[in-house]
Amino acid sequence: MITIPYLTALTTYFSYGLLFAFGQFRDFFRKIYDWWKSSDLQGYAPICLGLEDFYIRRLYLRIQDCFGRPISSAPDAWFDVVERYSNDNNKTLKRTTNVSRCLNLGSYNYLGFAAADEYCTPRVIESLKKFSPSTCSTRVDGGTTSLHNELEECVAKFVRKPAAIVFGMGYVTNSAILPVLIGKGGLIISDSLNHNSIVNGARGSGATIRVFQHNTPAHLEKVLREQIAEGQPRIHRPWKKIIVVVEGIYSMEGELCKLPEIVEVCKKYKAYVYLDEAHSIGAIGKSGRGVCELLGVDTADVDIMMGTFTKSFGSCGGYIAGSKELIRFLRYTCPAHMYGTSISPPAAQQIISSLKVILGEDGSKRGAQKLASIRDNSNFFRSELQKMGFEVLGDNDSPIMPIMLYNPAKIPAFSRECLKHNVAVVTVAFPATPLLLARARICISAAHTREDLLKALEVISKVGDMVGIKYMPVEPKKLQHGKHTKKEA
Amino acid sequence: MNNSMANVLNAALGWLTKALDAPSAKAVVFGVQIGGHLFVEGLLLVVILFLLSQKSYKPPKRPLTRKEIEDLCDEWVPDSLIPPITEEMQYEPPVLESSAGPHAIVDGKEVVNFASANYLGFIGHEKLLESCTSAVEKYGVGSCGPRGFYGTIDVHLDCEARIAKFLGTPDSILYSYGLSTMFSAIPAFSKKGDIVVADEGVHWGIQNGLYLSRSTIVYFKHNDMKSLEAALEKIVVENSKRAKKQRRYIVVEALYQNSGQIAPLDEIVKLKEKYRFRVLLDESNSFGVLGHSGRGLTEYCKVPVDKIDIITAAMGHALAAEGGFCTGSSRVIEHQRLSSSGYVFSASLPPYLARAAITAIDILDENPELLKKLNANTSRLWKELSSVPGLSVASSQDSPIVFLRLKKPTGSAKDDLKLLENIVSRLLKEESVITVTSKRSTLDKCRLPVGIKLFISAGHTESDLLKAADSIRRVAASVFAEC
Repeated sequence: MITIPYLTALTTYFSYGLLFAFGQFRDFFRKIYDWWKSSDLQGYAPICLGLEDFYIRRLYLRIQDCFGRPISSAPDAWFDVVERYSNDNNKTLKRTTNVSRCLNLGSYNYLGFAAADEYCTPRVIESLKKFSPSTCSTRVDGGTTSLHNELEECVAKFVRKPAAIVFGMGYVTNSAILPVLIGKGGLIISDSLNHNSIVNGARGSGATIRVFQHNTPAHLEKVLREQIAEGQPRIHRPWKKIIVVVEGIYSMEGELCKLPEIVEVCKKYKAYVYLDEAHSIGAIGKSGRGVCELLGVDTADVDIMMGTFTKSFGSCGGYIAGSKELIRFLRYTCPAHMYGTSISPPAAQQIISSLKVILGEDGSKRGAQKLASIRDNSNFFRSELQKMGFEVLGDNDSPIMPIMLYNPAKIPAFSRECLKHNVAVVTVAFPATPLLLARARICISAAHTREDLLKALEVISKVGDMVGIKYMPVEPKKLQHGKHTKKEA
Repeated sequence: MNNSMANVLNAALGWLTKALDAPSAKAVVFGVQIGGHLFVEGLLLVVILFLLSQKSYKPPKRPLTRKEIEDLCDEWVPDSLIPPITEEMQYEPPVLESSAGPHAIVDGKEVVNFASANYLGFIGHEKLLESCTSAVEKYGVGSCGPRGFYGTIDVHLDCEARIAKFLGTPDSILYSYGLSTMFSAIPAFSKKGDIVVADEGVHWGIQNGLYLSRSTIVYFKHNDMKSLEAALEKIVVENSKRAKKQRRYIVVEALYQNSGQIAPLDEIVKLKEKYRFRVLLDESNSFGVLGHSGRGLTEYCKVPVDKIDIITAAMGHALAAEGGFCTGSSRVIEHQRLSSSGYVFSASLPPYLARAAITAIDILDENPELLKKLNANTSRLWKELSSVPGLSVASSQDSPIVFLRLKKPTGSAKDDLKLLENIVSRLLKEESVITVTSKRSTLDKCRLPVGIKLFISAGHTESDLLKAADSIRRVAASVFAEC
């Protein structure tokens, strides 16, 4: 967990309190104005109740220009950010035709496949001409092409599982698989910082949900023991099955999951393990096979492995890999497979080609180069930032680096100043993170060169001084222990 | 004996009386006479206080010991992750080796394809392929980020503007997958305490969205306006007190994919205005199909589009792209940009698919005769298929999804499905025509009868339609003769 210095916590609370009070003040006047002016709802209830979007109207709209910035080129290492202007104090933003060329530190482009690639793009265009952008049909009806079968075999081989099944969107994969595997009478134990798609899937399944402390196998064991001993709530019958859901890399913290310990605990208590490798597949591990390879866990111990193709493979879609029976069962019952349009054939070809490049089957060494490059880039960038005194989260080898900002005013300041210097960063605040712990998140790519990283470091250091986010002591140049940041396990 | 006892008692009594009457007992404290009886009362008071201060008896709490927990954990046997695989699960769909146009190649043979919802025949269209190729060369394949974090590419904004202009609504929002459109949009507008009236034949995406929203759901009989009116009346009467704060919705599909029926939108709008409900319309199968310029059910039923509060559609049907969109008033769309989970927490649509959608709408705008061709094909096939032995057409006359139901259902959905699957597989093997049976997932709550579906396209020629009708007649006759 992150421990926040007292003074910073006080000032952050004060800032939020001020914004909140000011917002309530304005809402009060808005209520009077609305009461005085007749409403045109004519007996209907308002479609969005006032309390639900208080945060949006009074806090988020002030800094809306930091989010949702449109781009007009491929999301490669350098891209064109479209400039926007607003006439009504940030309520609506209009596009202009001006673009500024910025360094991209925000897109999920871990292996650099985002733009047109010399091996992948010709093959994608060929399959586009042959199979057309969509099959207009679901997989079970008439939307299975030979390309889909080839893709599933490639994915299963890459992940080292007997079989795999592919869906058109990563979010739907989680939401539609969990209800099929577990229902009422089952228990889902998920990490406290799991992604929204997993939370939605768990809620949609009807099973009981319990949460364990982020990345703490000891607490997971405690929860498992208690729950198995107690049984289902109120009736105390034994649980039908228990699934433990964890992620490979947590996208807001940049931490790796403690997979070996968690798998051991689950084996001891006979629970099933569901691993969501959305950010870690293709980006970590010696040959890019994800967190199992990096931490030395046998893939046969993880019952269900899920992942997405959006991040490292530059395409779209999600997959589930498991035993042959599991995949056969999912093909027969999963709603995303039976009701959702099959994945677009050019996107499938992009995944197959990028897998071939990563494994070196295209006859070149580009795959191994990309993997080495992302590892070196991540480690170099992280250590430099820590030397400069920023509070950076995440483990070594992980390409995601959140830099803590804390104060709500620093969020737009950091974002806008960096954009002025042609560096595009992503800032995240409530509700994606806890209220006090706003951060700027950096995603490193294999396409970044050393010069790009040095320029980024220079700009971030300058802006960091201006905004005042160097919370940690600056490390002197000769002493470098390579220890973690100030976070307690 | 008695005498001595009586003597002792008398003596004790006499002594007690003397003691109580002794001068010390008659002390005067603060001018109040203290009699001996006060001692007894004082003693009683002390006894009462003593009893009150005692803890009441509770049975001792015995939490489970470590050993007991370990025993329970060892004893517990979980169910297996999946049930055993049965024979029905071994079904393999046909594998296409070319694009899914009106004529496709399966196993090296050419077949007539009635399984793709390619209503306007855009699969394989050159203009579409050209624009997609240039988009792939410029932007790559994926968009590598959610909409809030540099995943918004200018083609997305152009696509949203084009759709809004085409339909005549103020604004629209793009989703990256057709199925997730409905199940993300509904929970953004309907929460616990709100009421939704939905048709019983809606597809799984809508059912899941309704379940996730935790609102009260009332189903009405499939496409039956009287049942809808009764449900609305009942709700208004029961919930009259909360009318100011409670949001009420009617959810219908324009063209149901589970039955091929078209919803009577003009009657629904009349009911909506009478009872003050809002309407959510899913136009996945009617966008680009119904209406003389393809604008969907609102044009077909001559209802002004601003009377419908939220329209959603998947683009994987007539537009031959992927993804989905939602349109409505600006307030509705702006709200979804921050509270719709499938939009905020998911990567955006690949740019070449957004470009494909824009091109498809442009082609449709310039060539409205495609709709006339589709209409002609539909009515031709409808006429031909009305004389098939054992199967009857259950879909509406203008619907490009032709739904064939068994005239005499066997009584169990499983047996019906076996019979229909037999017909479909023989159609593919012997006659080279791909058709589809309706598939139901175990999570699907829809209980409408199963049947065979044919998706008609503007790209089908008359000979294709005649061939399909002949083949179905032949195969159905032989299958029903066997059983």
